[in-house]
Amino acid sequence: MEATWKKYLRRETLPLPFCPGCGHGILLGAILRAIDASGIDIKDMLFVSGIGCAGWIPSPHIKADTMHVTHGRPIAFATGAKLFNPRLKVMVVSGDGDLASIGGNHLIHAARRDVDMVVICANNEIYGMTGGQVSPTTGLGAKTTTTLAGNVEPPLDLCRLVEAAGASYVARSTVFHLEHLIGILKKALSHKGFSFIDALSPCPVQYGRRNLYASASEQLKDLEKRCISLEKARDMTQEALKGKIIIGEFVCRGD
Amino acid sequence: MSPKTKNPLPPGNYFFEGNQACAEAAIAAGCRFFAGYPISPSSEIMERLSWRLPEVGGVFIQMEDEIASISAVIGAVWAGARAMTATSGPGLSLMLENIGYAIITETPCVIVDVQRAGPSTGQATRPYDGDIMQVKWGSSGDYQIIALAPWSVQEVYDLTIRAFNLAELYRVPVFVMSDAALAHLREDCRIPEGVDIVGRKKAIGAPHFGTEGPAGVPPMASFGEGEGLILTGSTHDKFGYRKTQDPNIQKCLVDRLNEKVLSNAKEIIQTEEHFLKGAETVVVAYGLVARAALAAVKEARSVGINVGLLRLKTLWPFPKEEIRALRARRIIVPELNRGQLVREVERVTKVEVIYVNRVDGEVMGPGEILEAIKRQ
Ligand code: SF4
Repeated sequence: MEATWKKYLRRETLPLPFCPGCGHGILLGAILRAIDASGIDIKDMLFVSGIGCAGWIPSPHIKADTMHVTHGRPIAFATGAKLFNPRLKVMVVSGDGDLASIGGNHLIHAARRDVDMVVICANNEIYGMTGGQVSPTTGLGAKTTTTLAGNVEPPLDLCRLVEAAGASYVARSTVFHLEHLIGILKKALSHKGFSFIDALSPCPVQYGRRNLYASASEQLKDLEKRCISLEKARDMTQEALKGKIIIGEFVCRGD
Repeated sequence: MSPKTKNPLPPGNYFFEGNQACAEAAIAAGCRFFAGYPISPSSEIMERLSWRLPEVGGVFIQMEDEIASISAVIGAVWAGARAMTATSGPGLSLMLENIGYAIITETPCVIVDVQRAGPSTGQATRPYDGDIMQVKWGSSGDYQIIALAPWSVQEVYDLTIRAFNLAELYRVPVFVMSDAALAHLREDCRIPEGVDIVGRKKAIGAPHFGTEGPAGVPPMASFGEGEGLILTGSTHDKFGYRKTQDPNIQKCLVDRLNEKVLSNAKEIIQTEEHFLKGAETVVVAYGLVARAALAAVKEARSVGINVGLLRLKTLWPFPKEEIRALRARRIIVPELNRGQLVREVERVTKVEVIYVNRVDGEVMGPGEILEAIKRQ
């Protein structure tokens, strides 16, 4: 892994800005390992990210072209770059607030157009950087700084959303299931068309503390307990699936 | 300037409406990417480019909204394109977020603003000079943009080409300020055989977001050229690294973003003088209103009134030296609004400034201006 860091990260930008225990560093590592295993030249890649903690996953750390844009707009910027220069390998990495709330419209329409790019939602189910406010993927009942008595709005299933909109590769994984996550990232990188990965990446500081996780590792372990593979989920009743997160490949069209 | 680039449209006289001339000018100027969203009265620009761009190997996309349109334009420019979008007041309001991003990342791009009457959706098909201040001040912070104001279909063509070249020269968004009347006015438009195109300044390995001098324009690489570009909408050093806690870096960046335009105002600003010599009264006008103003001035002179016209082809940076140089006793500023650019005129001159305004969504005729000229 150390070799991967050195090969792909700008030394002068380290250490990474994430809080101790944050999932985003693990996600960055998974992205780099998937790129390395795929044999892609990092110089051919363009990383576009928006505002929030997740925007810092690629920018300015990865030794490639990086474009850190306004809140919610990375997919729209990426669309312009990819359409004009199709040789660019374009990856968008941003958070759930950025991609699903303020940028929700761009997510839907890029999926509908099946633009050839990889979009990774670093989903921590909260607005981390601005102080822990509720996001469109926050679970029912979760405590945030704008839902002190518990969230009353149902969360958005981003995989189902982009599937319905027309994305040709859709998958979910978590930073706990590292090998699984890397496998999915590799698939997304080799897929031609709009690839969407919902990558659950816990935020111990803004989410974990308020929702009574004893530590970052407890939060990760809980993620393990809540996740269930798509294969297993197929044989389970709706009742049994309550509160579970299904991980796996939901759509893989045309490869 | 590189040698004249061959115009993809056969040269000759065309009977174009303003929006058609604008689309053709973009292609002649080397624009190969357009992203936009339908809005009256600008839509014919994107409709024409939707089939013209693919003909010349360019890319057209209708985006999901105006925010996405300007974002895609900026993305394409950094991927190497000369790119444009077109909109009207309400769409411009949405674009302002990322026009700010274009300003701080020094992204050359052209935005055609086919103005209509506001506020809000106002009158979608009526002309108005409604966005003179919106283009200058709409995004947050301190910055300069360039805005050009054509008064004929021919000038929509010529100034759209110029807008692309200015954008490249100064790495700044450039606005072409058309309006609902000019957009649909049909006139002769002469299409030249060749067009002067300013290319993008390249320097391998150089810093792309700063210069040694306080008013310089850095070179610009594209994605995929192996430069490892670092773009951010936050305050950054000359290599693109985000530096938001250093007062000196913030000051240098903001000063340079302003000074690179202001210190070149002489090269950017174009005005046209009519009968200014010894004129006691000068009408200062721009856009279609300036045509009515010229007719009024000629009429007044025919009855012995000593009046001239200064026509502003550039609105921003504001031609303050040209206004200050006027030796008039009073200045009349006719506009299709309740007075926007006139306030700039007032700011830079000590002589009496008279407002002539029309806000009913109709074009201004010479009569209203003539009346003001005669009212001594
Ligand atoms: S606030 Fe949360 S998401 Fe942001 S860096 Fe800290 S732990 Fe990670």
